[in-house]
Amino acid sequence: MRENDGSRFGKVPPTAAERDVDGRPSRAEIIEWWTERFGVAPETFAGFTFWEKGAGKIWAFHDDVPSPVEAESLGLAVMRVRQEHWKPTTDAAQRFGAAATENVIHLDEPDARAFLAGEDREIDWDGDWGYLLVTHDIAGASEPIGVGLYLHGELRSRVPKGRQRTL
Amino acid sequence: MDVLARYEPIIEEYDAFRDACERPLPNVVRVNAIKATPERVVTAFEAADIGVSRRDWHPGVLEVDTAKPGNTWPYAHGWIHGQEEVSALPATVLDPDPGERVLDACAAPGSKASQLAALMDDTGTLVANDDNLGRLSALRSNCDRLGVTCAAVTNRDGRDFSTDRLGIDGFDAALVDAPCSCEGTIRKNPDALDNWSEGYLSHVAGTQKGILKRAVELTDPGGEVVYSTCTFAPEENEAVLDHVLSEADCELRPIELSLDSAPGVTEWQGETYDPSVERARRIYPHHNDTGGFFCAKLEVVA
Repeated sequence: MRENDGSRFGKVPPTAAERDVDGRPSRAEIIEWWTERFGVAPETFAGFTFWEKGAGKIWAFHDDVPSPVEAESLGLAVMRVRQEHWKPTTDAAQRFGAAATENVIHLDEPDARAFLAGEDREIDWDGDWGYLLVTHDIAGASEPIGVGLYLHGELRSRVPKGRQRTL
Repeated sequence: MDVLARYEPIIEEYDAFRDACERPLPNVVRVNAIKATPERVVTAFEAADIGVSRRDWHPGVLEVDTAKPGNTWPYAHGWIHGQEEVSALPATVLDPDPGERVLDACAAPGSKASQLAALMDDTGTLVANDDNLGRLSALRSNCDRLGVTCAAVTNRDGRDFSTDRLGIDGFDAALVDAPCSCEGTIRKNPDALDNWSEGYLSHVAGTQKGILKRAVELTDPGGEVVYSTCTFAPEENEAVLDHVLSEADCELRPIELSLDSAPGVTEWQGETYDPSVERARRIYPHHNDTGGFFCAKLEVVA
């Protein structure tokens, strides 16, 4: 088992049995997590390869090239692993969140604006605690905004500072 | 110094050109097809009481009645990108296909790279390179907000770019939207010409020649390379093409545009260029009420 080289992109192994870098999740585990946590169908990720750079940042790239790759970025950073609770990114929520069916919290307009502004709000929610995908209605359909952390009756906005807006 | 006066001999309707350079530009955004349709974006803007009008030549280019399109839901969702109308041109001229390997040699801040990704249905490998580290964060954050998943962002010198350690061995197509003297952005940046000098033209033209030549070398025979700038100076446009035509295996191809434009010039200040540079297109601000632009399409030959 090799150590993770955080300076370059390494492709994740297909399955845990083929793992050759210590602590790196497999493609199967990544897809299973999206399916179990958010109900995203596994086919959503057909055609994507998953890569790790840094310690636990996972990227989805819409092509397949030999590993490793030395670049500043490769596709989209979609989640943070190597921690107790894996966390999806805002970018992943927006790019893949429309395919989610579970642990999706839908906000009315005032709450959606507060969430985009980075505010934490008390909101009723009967489902699991932890990371939720956050949606609202726009132009006649639901659209994901980002990721919230639900704890103790409160939805904490995880919209990064640079993406926050006060509309 | 009246820089633009040097172009009087090559610009028809010169007075209209000068008048247009004095007018501010309309606020224009490009719809990001990776995440939204023009119809959905128009609906969202109208629901927010922001007037929208669409452009005939490109369904995804919208003029919006707000000076701050970045402070709207469509922007927060990554449905739109603030981009001057004429700068949406070169990616449509290259028109890459899904699954291709495409190089954007001077990609920051990412307007054209993200547009190339959308034209590729966000599938394949788009190498979005820029040598300017300071502008790389803008390139990355724009690609991220727009949900681009097919791009590898690199920070290398375009003049000796190599595909080493990128897992590919060449490109099907390339865009060289070169660093330039930016004369054509005068409507957006009234001080764009303050530091203009012939010395800078000569310096930047050397860089442009090096980047374009390298992009041609990295593109497989039969592939296309689009060269564009936002400047009027023939030194940075036709002269660069003329140089690369003689140094690398490529030929100029005609471009069909639905925007008004003028042909490339074959003579400038005593120099003459390869006659095929006429196939390049010059877009002046008075043509379509946009910024100024230059665009040419090369095909790589064996």
